[in-house]
Amino acid sequence: MTGALRRVPAIWLVLLIVTAVIIWRNPSFAEPLSLLTFLKRSAPLIVLTAGQLFVIVTGEFDLSAGALITACVVVAAKVSAGDPALTWPVIGLLALLGAGVGLVNGLVTTLLRVPSFITTLGMMLVLNGAVFLWTGGSPTGSLAPEFRQYGRETGYAVAVTAVVVAVAWLLLHRSRFGHLALATGGGTRAAALSGVPVARMRIIAFVISGLSAVVAAILLAGFAGLSKEAGAGYEFQAISAVVLGGAVLGGGRGTAGGAVAGALTLQCLFTLLNLLGLEKPLRDTVQGVLIILAAAFAAYRLRKEQ
Amino acid sequence: MNASPADLPLPRTSLRRRAEGTSLPVWLVFALVFVVAWVAAGTRGGDFGTADNLRNIALRSVALGLVAVGQTVVVLAGSLDLSVAYVVSLSAVACSVVMTGQTGLIVPGVLTALLLGVAVGLANGLVITRLKVNPFIATLGVSLVLRGLLNATFDNFAGAVPEEFQALGYDLVAGIPVSVVMLVAVVAVTWFLLHRTPFGHHLYAVGGDPESARMSGIRSGRVLVFAHVLCALCSAASGVFLASRLGAGAPWVGPDGGYDLESIAAVVLGGTALTGGRGRLLGTVAAVLILAVVDSVFNQFQADPFLRTLVRGLIIVGAVALYAYRGGRR
Amino acid sequence: MPNRLAASLAVAVLSLTACSSTRPAGGPPASSAAAMTASAQPASQFFDQAAYDKQLAWRKSTPTGDPSKPWLQTIEPQMADTAKFKKPGPWHVCFSNAGVGNPWRVTGLTTMKEEVKLHKEIGEFTVVDAEGKDDKQISDISDLLGKKCDALIISPNTTAALTPAVEKACQSGVPVVVFDRGVTTDCPVSFVHPIGGYAFGTDSAEFIASKIPKGGKVLALRILPGVDVLENRWEAARLAFQKAGANVVGAEFTDGDPAKVKTIVSDYLQRFGDLDGVWMDAGATTVAAIEAFQDAGKPVPPINGEDQQDFLALWQKDKLTAMAATYPVYQWRTAVIAATDILSGRQVPKEWVLPEPVITEQNLAQYVTPNMPPLFYPTCGCQDMPGFPQTWGGK
Repeated sequence: MTGALRRVPAIWLVLLIVTAVIIWRNPSFAEPLSLLTFLKRSAPLIVLTAGQLFVIVTGEFDLSAGALITACVVVAAKVSAGDPALTWPVIGLLALLGAGVGLVNGLVTTLLRVPSFITTLGMMLVLNGAVFLWTGGSPTGSLAPEFRQYGRETGYAVAVTAVVVAVAWLLLHRSRFGHLALATGGGTRAAALSGVPVARMRIIAFVISGLSAVVAAILLAGFAGLSKEAGAGYEFQAISAVVLGGAVLGGGRGTAGGAVAGALTLQCLFTLLNLLGLEKPLRDTVQGVLIILAAAFAAYRLRKEQ
Repeated sequence: MNASPADLPLPRTSLRRRAEGTSLPVWLVFALVFVVAWVAAGTRGGDFGTADNLRNIALRSVALGLVAVGQTVVVLAGSLDLSVAYVVSLSAVACSVVMTGQTGLIVPGVLTALLLGVAVGLANGLVITRLKVNPFIATLGVSLVLRGLLNATFDNFAGAVPEEFQALGYDLVAGIPVSVVMLVAVVAVTWFLLHRTPFGHHLYAVGGDPESARMSGIRSGRVLVFAHVLCALCSAASGVFLASRLGAGAPWVGPDGGYDLESIAAVVLGGTALTGGRGRLLGTVAAVLILAVVDSVFNQFQADPFLRTLVRGLIIVGAVALYAYRGGRR
Repeated sequence: MPNRLAASLAVAVLSLTACSSTRPAGGPPASSAAAMTASAQPASQFFDQAAYDKQLAWRKSTPTGDPSKPWLQTIEPQMADTAKFKKPGPWHVCFSNAGVGNPWRVTGLTTMKEEVKLHKEIGEFTVVDAEGKDDKQISDISDLLGKKCDALIISPNTTAALTPAVEKACQSGVPVVVFDRGVTTDCPVSFVHPIGGYAFGTDSAEFIASKIPKGGKVLALRILPGVDVLENRWEAARLAFQKAGANVVGAEFTDGDPAKVKTIVSDYLQRFGDLDGVWMDAGATTVAAIEAFQDAGKPVPPINGEDQQDFLALWQKDKLTAMAATYPVYQWRTAVIAATDILSGRQVPKEWVLPEPVITEQNLAQYVTPNMPPLFYPTCGCQDMPGFPQTWGGK
């Protein structure tokens, strides 16, 4: 029994405890409707975390994800200018943008051998600059209700998230690609020697992260509407969530379920601290302590196994 | 600096040179940017070469320069520090809160600021070495902790520095701003530590190949902790400078300056490898000056701030790609 | 809306409220309901009774000048003599901007540049952007002093930090005009600003209090602590709610992030079942707060915002009970006008206090400008300018 239990990422336990405390303090949280509302609100982070996970298991970072979300929201508003007929063409355009950004991140990191921290930091600056250079400083245009419904209506948002999570799980744990991706991060040299196409795995991981940012952007644009800093800070939250979920920076380790639980735990934690009336700055402090503990625990477990 | 020099295998100079690289190319780029800026300003009837303008460029480099010097040390050790921005805030706030406008409290104020820096550096270093947490997460976590504590305690400029202390931010000695002299001194001391002491040798060794560094008897944990303390100390010095320049410290002075990501950008722009063990401190200094000159050119041409952001992104990635290309060919 | 604000939002920095050392001992956390009534007397470092009384009087007084050109109006001016600055054109006017970190500032800078085009005597207009950094703006101002400017306009990033730099600029002999946020020196020839945060807070809170039953539950949404003008709005609103007997059930910081606004409002709806009013210290996220009610299938209670196009349009479309206090963008025009007046030797008000329009159901239609971007501010006073509406992103 202990063996099986040990394989369950510890984050699920943390999530369970945090949720229990929330329900204890506010029983109405357990009602199906408020649970669904909670899921809707968490949807963008869950989706982005699922994408970031692929980049992290292959041993890289994607710091440009937050800026890509903002770029997508602003581009969607500018291009569609509120025209409902353009909803799907715009979504297609965003997908191309996200895949393109991921591809560039991947190529620069692998072919030009720029560390991904720098590549994606540069991409973040380029995206932030380019988008507002184009729109003249603040977002223009608007988002049609038809475009926003996917993030604004609970049913859609939850369904989209469920599909994304299922795809991420299948891809990482039930496909050859996932196997190779984990091998890529686990021991790059050994992986390369044993024939894993390391560069290709990493490029694909960046493209997945880019596409996840697009989906997160559509969800967030729906939930919150057009704003100038829609995605700011999301990249660090997603990385924190992945780490909380037991993945190791540097690659080779991580599970889709853990990452999703990490994202949910972060969101639950914010809700709980809010509920407890804890001063908001201290919520940052709690988050900081928590990610350090999670990473320390993962490192400890890794050492024990070896 | 915990083992005596006799314990360590000192690499031969030629080998070390190759490992550490040279900052010359970065200085050439700086010279190029400088000349281009001068010519560009000239064609627009601006005055680039004046003492006033050069002083201003140097002054613009101080805050980032101090942080970047510290960041170089940790990056050379194969680590990185994302908490520097909040260390800057912490020390700026501590400085002005302790001084409360009294001349007699200048020394205690500066000491408190620097000691807090040391404490954060120790925390970073210990979390990384003892708890084996990845530096990215460790310093991100510490920075969140600091951010929470700072914002819970202060919500505006707090305290004040005395008039005399503002000399550090505004006065000149022999035509050179006091703060630039301070930056030069910090660079000199750090350069000496990196290139003329056993600690420096160990640092490069730990950053280059931690495994063989450990095999050759280097206590890599201690080296790393010391590197983080140095980095936080430099950031704290930057906070002290900002407190004197702004008249007080506020929780936002560090993050608003963007010193965390910008200092890392300056380090890699200066030719130091993010993987550690390779790079030169003076390269970072040149990179900080390049960024300041580019900024001055942007001002000259009144470039759109969004265009600036875009160009900065391209410069950083482009430079690192270029270094990687050169490194690959060698 | 000072740029500090936007800059901090970008990094999502200054999230929260205060607890230990700077606040009086035992001060309860701002987010608990009890806190609101327990610390009823404003003990904040940001509350200034004299300024509060002055602003509340100003909002009732009639400004001088043509009401159709509010950017030329002024309240109780004390004129300053500027004969010594008189100069023949063409002039080189310089502007040190705190940043363009939010749409309010973007609209402002666009308006300012168009205003400059209206003055043939301005031969050159130099803008330097500090990107929201105090340290950079100090260097920027010192740079501009070497650029032979005939007049220097400054929009300070923060009040205290920029004061020495502004003093240095004054000492150089260049006439200085400061607008938006102030500095703690009276050396500038003219300081241009709207009435202020106390008026904003009082107007908006009085409106909401008048529309809800006595003892009604009000949620206050604030962007972040520590920004003087926002703190003033909140202190004034708190006093107004207290006077009216409204029950402020919570004051939350949102970082100006619409996603957080929606989250907070729906949490409160869950906890309290219903809210009778929502007070906002700035308008950027009012639409998100409204949507939180609509998404929960509840009627939107009385709410206030600013003159942002998206809010005004939604208010008009859904016939909400709402009002908008403003922080008018046209002050960016006034700053240029003040500079040209000074260089022409005309007298200017030492403190150029501009009226703060209040948008109500009655005059809403005149502010809603069709085909403008959602984050456009109609108090730009730019509707009659030559490049309108294309230059401001409209159609």
